[in-house]
Order: sequence, then structure tokens, then C-alpha cells
Amino acid sequence: MMFETILFFAFSAVLVGAALGVILSRNPVYSALLLVLCFFNSAVIWLMLDAEFLGIVLVLVYVGAVMVLFLFVVMMLDVNLEELRKGLAGYWPLAAAVAGLMVFAILNVVVAKHLGGLALRAAPSLPAGYSNTRVLGEALFTRYAYPAQLAAVILLVASIAAIVLTLRHRTGLKPQNVGEQVKVSAKDRVRLVKMAPEKRP
Amino acid sequence: MNAFSVAAFTSGLNLATPEIFLALAGCAILLLDLLIGDSRRHWTAALSIAALLVTAVLAGGVEVNGPVTALGGMFLVDAMSQALKIVALVIVAVAFVYSVEYMRHRGILKGEYFVLGLFATLGILVLISAASLVTVYLGLELLSLCLYAMVAFDRDSGRSAESAIKYFVLGSLASGTLLYGMSIIYGVTGSLDLGSIAAAVQGGLATNIGLLFGIAFVIVAIGFKFGAVPFHMWIPDVYEGSPTCVTLFVGSAPKIAAFALAMRLLVDGLGGAQVDWGQMLVVLSVLSMAIGNVVAIAQTNLKRMLGYSTISHVGYILLGILAGTSQGYQSAMFYTITYVIVAAGSFGMILLLSRHGFEADRIEDFKGLNARSPWFAGMMAIFMFSLAGLPPFIGFWAKLGVIQAVLGINAVWLAVVAVLFSVVGAYYYLRVVKMMYFDEPVDAARIDGSPLMRAVLSANALLVLLLGIAPGALFVVCAHALP
Repeated sequence: MMFETILFFAFSAVLVGAALGVILSRNPVYSALLLVLCFFNSAVIWLMLDAEFLGIVLVLVYVGAVMVLFLFVVMMLDVNLEELRKGLAGYWPLAAAVAGLMVFAILNVVVAKHLGGLALRAAPSLPAGYSNTRVLGEALFTRYAYPAQLAAVILLVASIAAIVLTLRHRTGLKPQNVGEQVKVSAKDRVRLVKMAPEKRP
Repeated sequence: MNAFSVAAFTSGLNLATPEIFLALAGCAILLLDLLIGDSRRHWTAALSIAALLVTAVLAGGVEVNGPVTALGGMFLVDAMSQALKIVALVIVAVAFVYSVEYMRHRGILKGEYFVLGLFATLGILVLISAASLVTVYLGLELLSLCLYAMVAFDRDSGRSAESAIKYFVLGSLASGTLLYGMSIIYGVTGSLDLGSIAAAVQGGLATNIGLLFGIAFVIVAIGFKFGAVPFHMWIPDVYEGSPTCVTLFVGSAPKIAAFALAMRLLVDGLGGAQVDWGQMLVVLSVLSMAIGNVVAIAQTNLKRMLGYSTISHVGYILLGILAGTSQGYQSAMFYTITYVIVAAGSFGMILLLSRHGFEADRIEDFKGLNARSPWFAGMMAIFMFSLAGLPPFIGFWAKLGVIQAVLGINAVWLAVVAVLFSVVGAYYYLRVVKMMYFDEPVDAARIDGSPLMRAVLSANALLVLLLGIAPGALFVVCAHALP
């Protein structure tokens, strides 16, 4: 138990540090890489909670697909951050005032009354042979069938929206016609021309 | 958590017939649209309108004897959900009727617009019938995602893209805030089910500091979706920047969804903590009435002015909700329904006056409308009088209702503030009427629009007048919905 607690705090500390790095880093590539670190640490914490499916999905989907795409976009766009940051410095007194007010308000609440009802409860011990994947699958297709369907509709809408906003039928393009290419025979392509031999001048 | 039973799940499906039909109709129209040529795109619109009206009939046909949950306890049908669904479906159908000509003139008459609209409506229905935090969130996301895409629909317009990005970024922030609040509420009460949350809050959690944190985050999200001050920044830009048909869509039916969101989360789920969220809503409500009405005076763009007008009306709707009495909820529902009807009509008037290459979205464009078309000047005057809250139009009864509700909880100062700002608001609505009747026309173009659109718009305005003379029926509906 003790060892797990140490592990939990170690990974949490790295997680929080990396999360801070994401927003504080000046270089967007570092931010993206630190976000990958965040995802790995959250995945490990999920693994420690016996939620191995969620942990692996987080790594596969977010680290493997989403963040790689992010990195590509960041590298390809070549955003000039200095340009973007130009006017920002003038706002710091306002930002500091708002942030100070928020910190004051939150501290007030937390110090005035400690967070009751948020007491830590030990997770229930799991039966032998417990499979996170199986339990999730069963829940998703029985009790949560309705929200799962709704999520499917949301994904459909996302793909419709992406196509509507980006698909353009431009005229003057010369796309390949695969049918024509397959049907073509040698005599359409190659023409043998007989000509008299020429003499080098 | 009770055990899952297949029989109970399938027997609950008939309560969700309207939603299932609408989802299938959306998919079918998406496919059928591929077979319809660009010149006959109005058939897609006709099919979508037919689908909405059939869904409304199905929603009316669901038998409701008190609140019933279904689909694993995540779907709730009660008298309120039934009434709100029918209103939302009819309003979206009306919005589609108004949109077709405008979109054709701008070359953006595409089938996907109507498909996105149908799925947005599905999101509204899901939200109205939500009985769990999960379905509240999914319904809201479905609605918002469709709206973001619709705002950007005119993709060759830079302003449209700009407002879509603003809306998307701020909207995602609000969704994140909502999720954060929900996760805290789940952590404190231990349930996603709104009924169990209500029981936990009643059972002594109402003063729990963690719960208050959660409520604050939820209020921020509700304020954003409604467009209440100080979460209103997106409204004027999105209203002005998007194509007018989308402004009409965003400005009408989603307000019903926002009302349902507030009712489901605050009243159904967190009703036991009414003292806390009531105080937060007082701030939002007073600021909305003040800033909405005062800033609207300075606008020259009619869409922007109506945007600020929306913000002020949201303040009045929140007055009814914050009262925390059934009289207050009824008056807020009455206000929302009447506002949506009037807003659909006023944006419909902008669409009617617009033509190829001319948006008709400046207030000056309405100058001398009486000389060009006395009938439609009269219709616009009805909408403006109703928004200003003058008797005998429906807006008067709506304002009277919420003011009576706050007087019912002895908040006289709120009633005084509400009346004062409605007087301020009357100025800019009456300015439009003055321009229509007493100024010279700057534009002599004939007022076009399909016969169907003219008929529906006239019916819309006459309904505002008729309901204003005889508001009893709508009062009965609201009283029945929220006893």
C-alpha cells in the first residue's frame, strides 16, 4: 500500500508539473510533448486504479493519434508567437487583478470551511478475474446504450460538419479516372512510327 | 443502481419515438440529399420540415401521466418536456421556411444545412428529456456542435468564419466548465442521475461547500448557453457575423434548450440548493437586463441590436427561474416560449427584406417600410411592440408574469429594476417603428419572398397579437407543465 501511495504521488507530481509546463512553455512543440507526458502519467494513474482499458486507450488514441497530429499541425503552421504575443503584455494588470480576486475568493471558501463531503474513500476491492474492458463493454451496451447512441450521433455530426466546411468541388482539376486507366491497352499508349534513317549533319 | 433489464429498456423505447424518428429522418435526408440536384434543393428543405412536423405530432402523441423515466433512467418524459419539444420542433420548421430563399440568393442552399439543423433539434429534444448528467451533456454537445458548423456555413465569408471560431472557442470553454461542475457534483453526491442528486441534496448536502463549487461552475455554463451577462460576449458577434438564416436558428430554438438545461440541472437536480443558485442568478439577471438594454441603444446593425435584446430578455427569463417558486418557473417557461416566437418573426422580417447582395440587417434598411409594404411594416411593428412589452401583445404578459413572480418572493427591488430597464429597452424597439412609419424610404425594391414564407411570417405575427389578446391557453399549458 505504502509503495502504491508513493507511486501515486510521484506520478501525480510529474503530471501537475508537466501540465504547468504545457501552458508555460514558450515553444508550442515543447507544449505538445509535455502534454504527451501528461497523458502518460494519467494513463499510469488509471492503471493503478485497475482501469487498464482506459489507460491503454488514452495512450493509443491521444498519444498515438491526436498528439501526433497536433505536433504535425504545430510544425507545419509555423505560427509566429512573438507576433501573437505583441499586444498581450499590456493586459497584465487586468489579468493580475482578476487572478488575484479569484485566488482570494477560492482561498476564502477553502479556509473558511474545509471541503466537507469530499473525504477520501478507499476504492472497493475488486474480485479476482475482474476485467475492466469487459465491465466497460457491458455497461456501454446495456445501461448506457442510450448515451452511447447519442455519442455516435455526435460523431456523425462532426464528420458531416468537417466535410461541409472543407470539401470543395474545384473546376479545372485533373483527377485520375481509375476505370479509364485500367481499361487502357498498349496500342492506345504506344505508337510505333516508321521513319527514314537520318544522317548526322 | 438497479440491475439492467432488457424488457424494461425496450418497453421504454416508445416514449422516445419522437427522438428515434428524428434521428432516422436526419440520416435518411442526408442520404436522399445526394440524389437531389442543386436546382431542386428546396425538396430537402420540404422533407426536413415534414420530418420536423411529423416528429412534433409524435411528441404530442406520447402519453404522459406524470414524469416517467426510461432507457436506463436517463430519459425523462413529463408535461414540460412534451410542451417544450412541440414548440421547439415547430419553431425550427418555421425557421427552415424562412431560410430557403435567403440561402438560394447567396448560393449556400445546401442539404447539409437542413441535416445539421435536424440534428441540432435532436440535441434540443435530448436535452429537454434529460434525466442524467450524461444526457444533459450529450444533448448540449450535439446541439452546440451543429450550431458551430451552421455559423461557419457560408464558408467564403470571413466574418462568418470569425464568428464561428469565437463561438467555438467560447462554447468549448463553457462545455468544459459544465463538465467540471458536473464532475464536482458527481463527486459530492455520488450519482449522475438527476433524481438521486436531488435526493442527496435534500438529504443535507445543500450547504456542502463542494456542492456550491459545482453549482457555480454549472451556473457559468448555463449563463453562457443562455447568453447572460457576463457570459454574453459571443452573442452580438455571432448574431452579426453569421448568415441571417443561422442567426434566426441560433436565436430561437436553442433558447428553449437553454431553458430546459436550467430547469433540468437547477430545479430537477439541485432544487434543494435553490437559495444558493438563486442568489447567483440575481447577479446574472440584473446585469443582463442592464447591459443588454443599454448597449442595444447604441447599435446600428439590427442583428446586433436584436442580439443585445436577446441578452436583456434572458435577464427576464432568469428572473422567473431565480424566484424558485412554481409560479416563477411557469412564468419563465411562458417568457421563453413567447420570446422564441417573437424572435423567429423578427429575424424572419430581416430575411424577408434581404435579397441578392443585400442583407437588410441595418436599422436604416427598415426606413419607410410602411410606404413600401404597409402589411409587413405592421407585422414588424407587432414584433417590436411585443419585444418592448407593450400591451396587448404577448411580450406584455410575459414581462408581467416574471415581475409578478419576483413580487411573489418579496423581491420588490428586482421588480423595480426589471420595469426600469424595460422602459429603457422600449426606446430602441420604438425607434425601429418610428423609422418604418415616419422616415422616407431609402430603397424602393419590391418586397420579395415566396408566398409560403409571407404566409408563415404573417401567421407568426398574428399569433403574437392573438396570444396577446387571449394568453389564457398558453398560461394553461405552462401551468400544466410545471405544477
